[in-house]
Amino acid sequence: MQAFTTVDSVLIPLDRANVDTDAIIPKQFLKTIERQGLGKFLFFDWRYRNGNLGEENPDFVLNDPRYRGAQVLLTRQNFGCGSSREHAPWALADYGIRAIIAPSFADIFANNCVQNGILLISLPQEQIDSLFAATQTEPVQVHIDLAAEELRLDSGRRYAFSIAPGAKHKLLHGLDDIELTLGHAAAIRAYEQQRRQQMPWLFREEARHG
Amino acid sequence: MLGTDTTEMAGKTLYDKLWEQHEVLREADGRTLLYIDRQLLHEVTSPQAFSGLRAAGRRLWRIDANIATADHNVPTTDRAAGITDETSRLQVETLDRNCAEFGVEEFGMLDQRQGIVHVIAPEQGLTLPGMTVVCGDSHTATHGALGALAFGIGTTEVEHVLATQCLWTRKSKNMRVWVEGSLPRGVSAKDLVLAIIGEIGTAGGTGHAIEFAGPAIEALSIEGRMTLCNMAIEAGARSGMVAPDALTFAYLQGRPYAPQGALWERAVAFWQGLHSDPDAHFDREVRIDASALSPQVSWGTSPEMVLPIDACIPDPATAPDPVRREAWQRALRYMDLRPGTPISELQVDKVFIGSCTNGRIEDLRAAAEVVRGKRKADSVRAVLVVPGSGLVKAQAEAEGLDEIFRAAGFEWREPGCSMCLAMNADRLEPGERCAATSNRNFEGRQGAGGRTHLVSPAMAAAAAIAGHFVDVRQLSA
Ligand code: SF4
Repeated sequence: MQAFTTVDSVLIPLDRANVDTDAIIPKQFLKTIERQGLGKFLFFDWRYRNGNLGEENPDFVLNDPRYRGAQVLLTRQNFGCGSSREHAPWALADYGIRAIIAPSFADIFANNCVQNGILLISLPQEQIDSLFAATQTEPVQVHIDLAAEELRLDSGRRYAFSIAPGAKHKLLHGLDDIELTLGHAAAIRAYEQQRRQQMPWLFREEARHG
Repeated sequence: MLGTDTTEMAGKTLYDKLWEQHEVLREADGRTLLYIDRQLLHEVTSPQAFSGLRAAGRRLWRIDANIATADHNVPTTDRAAGITDETSRLQVETLDRNCAEFGVEEFGMLDQRQGIVHVIAPEQGLTLPGMTVVCGDSHTATHGALGALAFGIGTTEVEHVLATQCLWTRKSKNMRVWVEGSLPRGVSAKDLVLAIIGEIGTAGGTGHAIEFAGPAIEALSIEGRMTLCNMAIEAGARSGMVAPDALTFAYLQGRPYAPQGALWERAVAFWQGLHSDPDAHFDREVRIDASALSPQVSWGTSPEMVLPIDACIPDPATAPDPVRREAWQRALRYMDLRPGTPISELQVDKVFIGSCTNGRIEDLRAAAEVVRGKRKADSVRAVLVVPGSGLVKAQAEAEGLDEIFRAAGFEWREPGCSMCLAMNADRLEPGERCAATSNRNFEGRQGAGGRTHLVSPAMAAAAAIAGHFVDVRQLSA
């Protein structure tokens, strides 16, 4: 996983609430057995016309030349709701999105983003409104500093955000959880041993011969 | 660890109890390593997890905790010929190969126990009260109906559970939806959950685990409770649950993977303690009166855009805030609707009865009840009835339900997710309007440009007969 320290980018304003993961990546692209290569299908139905990769919809924000190559998405509440598909963060990451700023995010999507090095920044509604207002006049350049938990605009305006220490550590260092967890193997085994005695029906071999 | 927290004096919620019983360890910042009793796997969200394991040379921590089936991509027509779509076939074959390689038990496409993962696990007794259940699928909340703590996860987390039998997660807040009264005739668990989502919104449960309780919930069958918990995610909650009771135990007893004999007695004795204490604290509480509900129909592109059948399409000018006004406008455009049109005037092109929300035997019975002796309207192009599992299908056939559907001009299909998300050949054409018993009405969910209205099985059947939405209570009268 790619580590996240700082990111400088123009904000991509995606002014919609409740953007669901079906919209982020429609089901026809879930048939892949790979993690890579989904970026071109990101927001497929909004980004292209007639379901054709060759026919970009000029009205969709990602196709606006000012936002090409930008890495930070600004959007509305409950972003990432719906299906648990990790293909959504895979598509976002593959496209190049490193951070998303919104008033709130759906729970499963938020977990999936941390697993893929995408930083989610929740800001109060008024601050989101003010950021959207700023993007109305001209593209807004942001500087995100994860260690400092701070977002800066070129105008000098600063926004503090907060992130859980565990997620922060993981993002900053690009860590893989499994290795970390296996370091607790003894605790897991002890727990399992106790469960096996107290609730043997949870272990299928025992249940069947019960 | 179990029972080390002696400072807590207040009563505990069901969720608190389930959570505490599964804490392996907790870090200072609240991150908890939670033990997972059961992981369900399907072909769409598992291939990358298995390839991750393979790449790292890892094995499964506990093979018997996992069970797999193929459901999203499988064809619902004759399966003898296999899957024609190449990418779908590759995904299903990849699951078969992964299960064989890692030793995971799988109900393959031709096994009668195959079906939608959330239908087959309870049906087999693979989901039990007091368990933690995960799956790379947001509708895992379904299993909470049996008193389990069940939630959807992403593929990286699937890999983590395969390798460690645990997950790093954080405790949610407690929310209770208390449902008083009793559901009127013709109003089902589906109508209840749609009404709840209409009330609290699609983000109303975000960050919370929802417990459904109250007289109306106790009166629901286990299948009705599954319908309810299934859609907790549509209210933003990763998990929904109902405390297990005598009905739960009766449902589970004798199922193939449920404990038997002395072990069954021990399990039931333990399960009886799985309920919220009378003085438990809920961070949020919502009260609903079931007696006041009518059948519901969603009109927009989010499950919270839902109204009773006798209502009219709303006017965005009356939306409570600018963000919603904009969302309503967009939804009306996508759905091709005008404010003020009575919902009962909307004509449907297709009808879909099935999914992990409403693909169980009781759902098929409710639909058949409405259909018996009638025929679908000529204007309705197709009605798909897709059982949730091979065993549901067999049961329905034993009861003659398939004959009732066929006689009405409906199509009787093989089990799977089918037109709930249209990953296989079953889908809407652009512009088609569908009455669906599934759980999501997002843009393009049932096929690009397709327009989905979420309803109960009885209401879907009624729409198929009438050719437009109709209050099922009037149709049968
Ligand atoms: S029936 Fe629909 S919601 Fe349920 S698991 Fe299948 S695709 Fe997902």
